[in-house]
Amino acid sequence: MEEVLFFVSALGALGGALGVIAMRNPFYSVLALIVHLFSLASLFLLLTSAFVAAAQVVVYAGAVMVLYVFVVAYVGGGGESAWEPIPGQRLLAPLLGIALFVELSIAVLSSSLLALGEDGPDVPAGFGDPAAIGRLLLEKFLLPFEAASILLLIAAVGAIVLASNRRTGADA
Amino acid sequence: MNTEWFVVLSALLFATGAMGILIRRSPMVILLCLELMLNAGNLALVAFSRMVGNGQGQVFAVIVMVVAACEVVVGLGLIVAIFRRRLPLNVDDLRELRG
Repeated sequence: MEEVLFFVSALGALGGALGVIAMRNPFYSVLALIVHLFSLASLFLLLTSAFVAAAQVVVYAGAVMVLYVFVVAYVGGGGESAWEPIPGQRLLAPLLGIALFVELSIAVLSSSLLALGEDGPDVPAGFGDPAAIGRLLLEKFLLPFEAASILLLIAAVGAIVLASNRRTGADA
Repeated sequence: MNTEWFVVLSALLFATGAMGILIRRSPMVILLCLELMLNAGNLALVAFSRMVGNGQGQVFAVIVMVVAACEVVVGLGLIVAIFRRRLPLNVDDLRELRG
């Protein structure tokens, strides 16, 4: 049962990822990314991390993807030209991607982490639920938590400044 | 399920995202491929967290999500600014800053 769920989710995640890079229209790429994110959320549930899965669905598939859809609708999704600045770019890129995958797999699988081939220890019932993550965030990781909130504030202000309609005198 | 499977899947997704950044030229799709790579990293973090039986890796994943959201907001702001100035939305044409 667990294996079936894993392979279905993995296929969904991989198919979504390939859809993102294969679709010509950016709008369809965004939709493929939503499929990818939902599959990833089910993988997180398989790893007994309920809070991360919920945050993935609510924050990513909910909020961030709506932002993407708005911007795609505003900018308009034009197709890309077939012109290649580097000859053979579309041929070389998959080769480099496969090389990166092989390299990463060798690096991980040949490491001396003995627990890699096991199922992991039995965890208590509350592992990865919102209460456990909240306790970790507000006790052990309080400083990173506050830094993340400041980073979000800075990003929001920066986006308003970047996208505002006001022209400065220099480029008028 | 073995942790191996999750980690290899994460490597595969990361390589897919990197391939997309090499192939595509629309800045919007490049941002989407960055999301793919960040999410692959998240999957590895959560898988290792489960392998060790310690919830701290999941906190890392949540912080990575925050950073990804910030990156998206700033990136999309830049794309809107580029569009408003009627510049082409193509990373090969936007090469004025190249040395």
